[in-house]
Amino acid sequence: MSPAIRLFRRLVAAGALTLMTLSPAFAVEKGVFFPETFTLPNGMQVVVVTNKRVPVVTHMVWYKVGSADEARGVSGIAHFLEHLMFKGTDELPPGAFSRIVAKNGGRDNAFTSWDYTAYYQNVARDRLELVMKMESDRMSDLRLTDEVVYPERDVIIEERRQRIENEPADRIGEQINATLYVHHPYGTPIIGWPQEMSTLTREEAERFYKTWYAPNNAILVVSGDITAEELKPLAEKYYGAIPTRPVPERARVQEPPISAARRVILRDDEVRQPSIRRSWHAPSYRVDPNGHAYPLQVLSEIMSGGPTSRLYRSLVVDQRLATSAWLGYSPTSYDLGSIGMGASPAAGVPMDKLEAALEAELQKLLDKGVTDEEVATAKKRMLAEAAYARDSLTGPAQTLGAALATGQTIDDVENWPVRIDAVTADQVNAAARAVLGKTNHVTGLLLPLQDKGS
Amino acid sequence: MNAIAARALGACLLFLASLPAHAIEIKRVVSPGGIEAWLVEDHKVPVIAIEWAFEGAGAADPKGKDGLANLAARTLDEGAGPYDSQAFAAKLQDSAIALGFDAGRDAFTGSVRTLKQNRDEAVELTRLALTEPRFDPEAVERMRAAVLSSLRRDQADPNYVSRRLFYSTAYPGHPYGDEIRGTLEALPTITPDDLRSFVKTQFGRDRLLVTASGDITPEDLGKALDRIFGALPAKAAVPAIPDAKPQGLGETLVATRPTAQTVMLMGQPGIQRSDPDWYAATVMNYVLGGGGFGSRLMEEVREKRGLSYGVYSYLISLDHSALVMAGGSTVNAKAGQALDIMRQEWKRMAEQGVTDQELADAKTYLTGSFPLQFSSTQAIARILLQVRRDRLGIDYLDKRDALINAVTQADVQRVAQRLLDPANLLTVLVGKPEGVTATRTLDGGS
Repeated sequence: MSPAIRLFRRLVAAGALTLMTLSPAFAVEKGVFFPETFTLPNGMQVVVVTNKRVPVVTHMVWYKVGSADEARGVSGIAHFLEHLMFKGTDELPPGAFSRIVAKNGGRDNAFTSWDYTAYYQNVARDRLELVMKMESDRMSDLRLTDEVVYPERDVIIEERRQRIENEPADRIGEQINATLYVHHPYGTPIIGWPQEMSTLTREEAERFYKTWYAPNNAILVVSGDITAEELKPLAEKYYGAIPTRPVPERARVQEPPISAARRVILRDDEVRQPSIRRSWHAPSYRVDPNGHAYPLQVLSEIMSGGPTSRLYRSLVVDQRLATSAWLGYSPTSYDLGSIGMGASPAAGVPMDKLEAALEAELQKLLDKGVTDEEVATAKKRMLAEAAYARDSLTGPAQTLGAALATGQTIDDVENWPVRIDAVTADQVNAAARAVLGKTNHVTGLLLPLQDKGS
Repeated sequence: MNAIAARALGACLLFLASLPAHAIEIKRVVSPGGIEAWLVEDHKVPVIAIEWAFEGAGAADPKGKDGLANLAARTLDEGAGPYDSQAFAAKLQDSAIALGFDAGRDAFTGSVRTLKQNRDEAVELTRLALTEPRFDPEAVERMRAAVLSSLRRDQADPNYVSRRLFYSTAYPGHPYGDEIRGTLEALPTITPDDLRSFVKTQFGRDRLLVTASGDITPEDLGKALDRIFGALPAKAAVPAIPDAKPQGLGETLVATRPTAQTVMLMGQPGIQRSDPDWYAATVMNYVLGGGGFGSRLMEEVREKRGLSYGVYSYLISLDHSALVMAGGSTVNAKAGQALDIMRQEWKRMAEQGVTDQELADAKTYLTGSFPLQFSSTQAIARILLQVRRDRLGIDYLDKRDALINAVTQADVQRVAQRLLDPANLLTVLVGKPEGVTATRTLDGGS
């Protein structure tokens, strides 16, 4: 409905949304979305995924810049700029962009993550040229005035209240994240810290725009009823006309060695259902010197893939200590990633008992590892589930855009089934021990004001 | 089997929708056993989706058993036939079959999505869940605990608190006022036998509507329909629900909560989907607050004044009541101001209707954006099911643009005058709103 940050985008990217065309009974081959790609002379990469079910397209422009690229002291500027991109150009008055898209039967929005900022429109195929014209216009000709900038700053502050501050579960999530990353900007919320958001200026937004928004730092992804051959002349006409500009290296400060386990506790009168969550640093696709990213996805399926998974079976079905239990991992980030596990206690179960049970499952994994059979079942299910990935208009564009904006190649995405299929139990166990065996994790507890349970 | 296939094919009626260039073709399939389904056959992706509704099933839980229909929905796929909960789940996961059930206000719905290669397995597991659910005590206890946990968790969500307060005030003593998931008090009293009795009485072929989409032929769908639904009783004994008028109109309720924002929810009697003025009301709602950016509420509350991240309006048409609603959230100190603006927009629409330009823009959006909804195999089956539930006819996709384009300014004016009355809204505010005169204040937890 409105420019939105997708805080959890990283959790649903590449891994979960891929396609394998063969039956798992046969040899697994490369091929997920079968995209076409070319690069414009100014350096802008273009990716096309054809899907001719209905005569509509998703048109997305991804900028390889996100909130982790912000300078210190202006947290939230990447997301603020995302909102301001709807506030007019030399050709369009404030607010006209979305109004014109709607008038043409389309839907548009945008989202910001730590690593990328993306703008998209879903439109009928015959309106593609119109949105390409407007999107390319605001790539280089944004025009901002104080009259539109400062009311919008109030809007993002309201957005923060709505997304983070209204609910204790969201507040502790932000605090856990800020504790997990002690130096890297992934510890700063995408939407920003409130005391800095209220001082963001038009000039700062314009500086960020001029620094990062250039065709050579952007990716065009179009999926739907279109081929690369059809798209190319339009891409050349609209995006190809924008000159290359120098863009800085993405150089984020990195995490120091962290030797302590940390605990984050939020007690709030509103909480009726407590929960526990533990997070560790983990490799991403791009920063993965020991090849753990694919084995950790298989581990996630074994531990957390539905009602037959280890955690659910043990904590919810057998021991009846929890009403839910999970392990989550996404490798789609530019720098290091994270992996987490958590649970909600069944009525009357003290949190320390639940935490001990979670730790026991973890210890069992580290001591005894997973079996070949578990790995085979998990891979079979992941590859079968992946066959749905192309059955979507926007999914392929989102997965490819996020992958390319975080340092993966199309070849990486297309080889996902092959790489998952190649994972062995030894690799899963090595990855589990290397990542989950570390004790410098963060444990978050969301509790009622008076913890009657313990 | 050939004779059966021929009959299934013979019953197919073809209709073409008005979606440009690539038409969506809906086939009416009648199975050998007489079960009707609408199908959009599409062999481009090897996926099949089937959606169904038992109309009226579970629309009112028995006294003291609040949450029965929802608990049944949660437990139907927790073991069936020869398979216990774990075995059943493993079969679904191994074949990447997504099977789900949902207890709604006016119907009990279900869906299954499968790869073509696992079609027979998906059909068999669906049949078992619907006709031979086990309701093993362990599974019932586990799902009950999960529902109770979700109810407790939601009490920290001010949006949830506002919805609960709105509906319990608008529909006291009527099922529409109840929490579908039940209450902390009633849920523990529901037994496996209650669930068995629910399934036995609520699922009948007389109440069944089915749609499908994807990589399946009409003859194969016909066979699947008989396999899944053929053994169900011909008639269900669904509860009779009286029509209900929203209550509490003109009241402003404040539920005091320590939240950063005030969550606002307001509404009054709306319009039925079957009303001839539905399309005029749809245009009215789009201009008022249904259209995101560019809608009057967003323009006045967010764009001009920065009071909110989002405000919106929407229409709800239930079988026995209808509402026109609006909502949003704003910082506590500005709640009175935001609420005043929303009520002023309500009044302006009632008095002046929409402009020529607003009418034209609404029409191009409402017609042009419709094909965007056909985004996946399952989405297409879902759209068809809604068309069937709304009794719009198999040629509806064809007619839809014309129905919207026929709306005039006078139509919108008439329907706005009929529906919108700012003095007659039931308003619910959750938070610590300032500048608001409450007719009733509720302190502390819900």
